[in-house]
Amino acid sequence: MSDTATDSSTEAVADDGIDRKLLLGRPHQHHGMLWLTASIVLFAIFLVSYSLVTNPRFEWGVVFGWFSSERLFTGLLRTLGLTAISMVVGIVVGVILALARLAPNFIIAGVAAFLVWIFRGVPVFVQLLFWGFIAAIYPRIAIGIPFGPEFFSVDANVLITPFLAAILGLGLNEGAYKSEIVRAGLLSVNRGQTEAAKALGMRRFTILWRIVLPQAMKIIIPPTGNQTISMLKTTSLVSVLAFPELLYSAQLVYSANFKTIPLLIAASLWYLLVTSILSLGQFYIERHYNRGSGKTDQLRNFPRFSKTLRSRPPKQEVQS
Amino acid sequence: MSEVVVEARGVVKNFGDLNVLKGIDLTIRRGDVTCIIGPSGSGKSTFLRCINQLETLDGGYIIVEGQPVGVKIKKGRVEAQSNAEAARSRENIGMVFQSFNLFPHMTVLGNICEAPIRVKKESRAVVRKRAYDLLDRVGLAAKAEVYPAALSGGQQQRVAIARALAMEPRLMLFDEPTSALDPELVGEVLDVMRGLADAGMTMIVVTHEIGFAREVSDHLIFMDDGCVVEQGDPRSVLHSPQHDRTKQFLAKVL
Repeated sequence: MSDTATDSSTEAVADDGIDRKLLLGRPHQHHGMLWLTASIVLFAIFLVSYSLVTNPRFEWGVVFGWFSSERLFTGLLRTLGLTAISMVVGIVVGVILALARLAPNFIIAGVAAFLVWIFRGVPVFVQLLFWGFIAAIYPRIAIGIPFGPEFFSVDANVLITPFLAAILGLGLNEGAYKSEIVRAGLLSVNRGQTEAAKALGMRRFTILWRIVLPQAMKIIIPPTGNQTISMLKTTSLVSVLAFPELLYSAQLVYSANFKTIPLLIAASLWYLLVTSILSLGQFYIERHYNRGSGKTDQLRNFPRFSKTLRSRPPKQEVQS
Repeated sequence: MSEVVVEARGVVKNFGDLNVLKGIDLTIRRGDVTCIIGPSGSGKSTFLRCINQLETLDGGYIIVEGQPVGVKIKKGRVEAQSNAEAARSRENIGMVFQSFNLFPHMTVLGNICEAPIRVKKESRAVVRKRAYDLLDRVGLAAKAEVYPAALSGGQQQRVAIARALAMEPRLMLFDEPTSALDPELVGEVLDVMRGLADAGMTMIVVTHEIGFAREVSDHLIFMDDGCVVEQGDPRSVLHSPQHDRTKQFLAKVL
């Protein structure tokens, strides 16, 4: 009996009419449907490309002229700066709100939850408008003793520039989202870690800074990449505050020369370029943090898909 | 008789409606190894956790090294300790957990050095030297630069013991230190604990290892249903138990 397991001869064990030799080959693949759907899609792509090239209203010359212009590039730099600063503000606010929500003092936890509710619940576009119009609510901003004397006051329109309004609007909204991510990260760290640190006599701040946060980073960092990509695009809303970032720079140009579509395309190309670069970074960050977990394999499968389209698997020749 | 390290009187602990500790009285003396045995859910781990304030008391008191646990007496009144005061009182009590709880983002050396450097503000060089001595003592000197995930359970637990010892505690608490280990790894951890006991460390060990309790402990406590049912010399408790509940438990585990 024992040699049946290692026996590689293909002699039939039962008289069932099945050709064992045929079974050793891999099955034929039928690609008829694959080719049909692919050609329909390819034809659609051809139609769209044809119109992109032949429709004169795209004015590609104008698009690429402005794409490489200094004005849009300056706008792009402002967009990048806005994205970076808003993300930093968002992370700081997010960590503070997350810690406050986990605080034993229920008043602090409640206030933090309320702020998250406000900054996450009101559309970021509306929040930007509020910050832009802050002078309508508080014309002067003063530092002093509440209900007492004031030491210093400044016109809100001077203090809250469009840039600052944009940072406040984007940063606080981001902070509200970030706080949920940070909170999930903090809660994901095993309670035993805190207990072990406590048992060693560590103070609360040391436990947070040295033990819990580093472990929570695994959960916190990957979504931050996503949020950054999202933030880059959200900064375009700031055009409503007349802050000349990428979109508003394009708008300023087309309001003068009426080349609306070419300028929007030029701006879009820049957005696409930067988000593509960020997405690539995101891919590597995720692969780094998913190392060892099953998700990495899914990411690896991705290039394989294109392979099947490029070359059909070779047909197995079956000798009879 | 040697000096008293832990004095517990009438210790009560509730988890919601569940009465986990129903008035525990215990005295632990310097240099003694005390083993606490008993069925699951008898409250032995909870009592251990009360000693270093991982749980707060709902009744009674514990005095460790002459300091009341979790409270201070000020102007004739009892007040709760601040977080910082609680942390300070834990510095002298080492604890070893069932699930090791090593810090996974730090090397073995990092795990051992973290608390002495951050909490006691000792110099890096002094702490490193002590860490290597301790690793030598638990037989893991070669693993200093390794991360915990690369160690077996037994090795992790020995590192956890070294980590606790690095704070130079005057009392060591062991919460079922071998319960999460594969059977063939239990021995190496018990050997380290035996060495520690021989060196005169005051130890309280919650365990299911009856053999270890019989061999090493100076004092054996049997707990059931939130009470100390029986205590005394390990041989007499194990060989001639006085209470039915002790007899029933020992009949199951021996």
